[in-house]
Amino acid sequence: MGREAKEMTANNDLQFLSELLFQLADDDFIISYRGSEWLGLAPHIEEDVAFSSISQDTMGHAAMFYQLLEDIGVGKVDDLAHSRTSTERKNAVLLELVNGPGNYLRQPQYDWAFAVVRNYFYTQAKKIRVESLKTSSYQPLADVAVKVNMELYYHLLHWKTWFTQLMMAGGDARTRMEKAVQTVVADFEGMLTLGPKGKEMAELGFIDTEEVLKTRTINAMKPIFESINLDFPSTFEMKNGNGRIGQHTADLDDALSTLSEVYNINPVATW
Amino acid sequence: MVTDINKQVIVEALHSVKDPEIDSISIIDLGMVEGIEQDGHTVTIQLLPTFMGCPALDIIKKNVITALKALDKNLSINVQFIYSPPWTSDRVTEEGRERLKEFGIAPPPRQLDENGGWAVNCPYCDSVYTTMENLFGPTACRSILYCKGCKNPFEAMKPVSTMM
Repeated sequence: MGREAKEMTANNDLQFLSELLFQLADDDFIISYRGSEWLGLAPHIEEDVAFSSISQDTMGHAAMFYQLLEDIGVGKVDDLAHSRTSTERKNAVLLELVNGPGNYLRQPQYDWAFAVVRNYFYTQAKKIRVESLKTSSYQPLADVAVKVNMELYYHLLHWKTWFTQLMMAGGDARTRMEKAVQTVVADFEGMLTLGPKGKEMAELGFIDTEEVLKTRTINAMKPIFESINLDFPSTFEMKNGNGRIGQHTADLDDALSTLSEVYNINPVATW
Repeated sequence: MVTDINKQVIVEALHSVKDPEIDSISIIDLGMVEGIEQDGHTVTIQLLPTFMGCPALDIIKKNVITALKALDKNLSINVQFIYSPPWTSDRVTEEGRERLKEFGIAPPPRQLDENGGWAVNCPYCDSVYTTMENLFGPTACRSILYCKGCKNPFEAMKPVSTMM
């Protein structure tokens, strides 16, 4: 049966729900920002259209998760998205890392292999999470998950296609892709973890356990690795920190100051 | 008088509210209108967003309010976006499918093949010889295709279903 926000306020369950919602919202928020930095720089114009469309959908998902936080009284959507410092953020560190050297306005030397691998890994892990959320005990979250899942279908199809095609292209493409896999694997554990409150999230039926989600993610990815003839990584790490407990890199601070620049001019303005 | 406004009148007014990015089709024919409730002077309209990041939602909301205020300026209009049931592309009406073609957009295919792939006929010449150029189009709900029959590029509304 679905739970209502009121019922939970009484027994302290709300903190576990809000923790989960912050992870979902912050993940989508920062990865779609990194996606938006690719606008005009993608390998060809069709990809520019596709990638920006995916980033727009993903920002829409972040907005919905922030809305669910607003609905349980945590704060206003815009403030949650823009005015929280990096130490308050719960996104996986993998998603905040810069696209590559340079700046999108000045000499961007972004790494397309990293973009493809990071987005493929992320989208697959998100798909598993969202499928689990479809049966969440918190009904408003389950309703949003049904909607997100339909859009994710197209995102995963897109990134899986790029991933396998560049891997199978051989030569320089293969070398760069394998290098990108190593970079992503070094921080992918940070995406898979539900953080210190994960156990309670699962006990309350908000989402499946971290172990179940991880196994499902790995099971979904293994056949793809077999098809491209690449050994599946034996372990994942959190080399640059655990974002679920507020550990982040300077890359996130830089991103936040850029993306919140307009908001900070006048936080009470309606845009 | 408010009491004179029945549901049919409201539906007719909502027919005048078009998709801001496809102005040949109304939000009714897009299947976005889920609920219409009237309680005295208050009218509540429940809408289903097609895609969650759609930037047209605020414009649609504003246009709904304008259209209903035109019926009676004393009405209080409450527009809600809800997610259950989710919008799916099979909610587009028969009329809506024709209006999409008028705009050069093929209506969403009704069936997917076993691999999740899909094909649509050209909205201009109805040829089946079409190819997918880009699954992602100029707006979140559209894809870009090419007709080998009449050699026109065209768009199609993406199929969206809970089976995905």
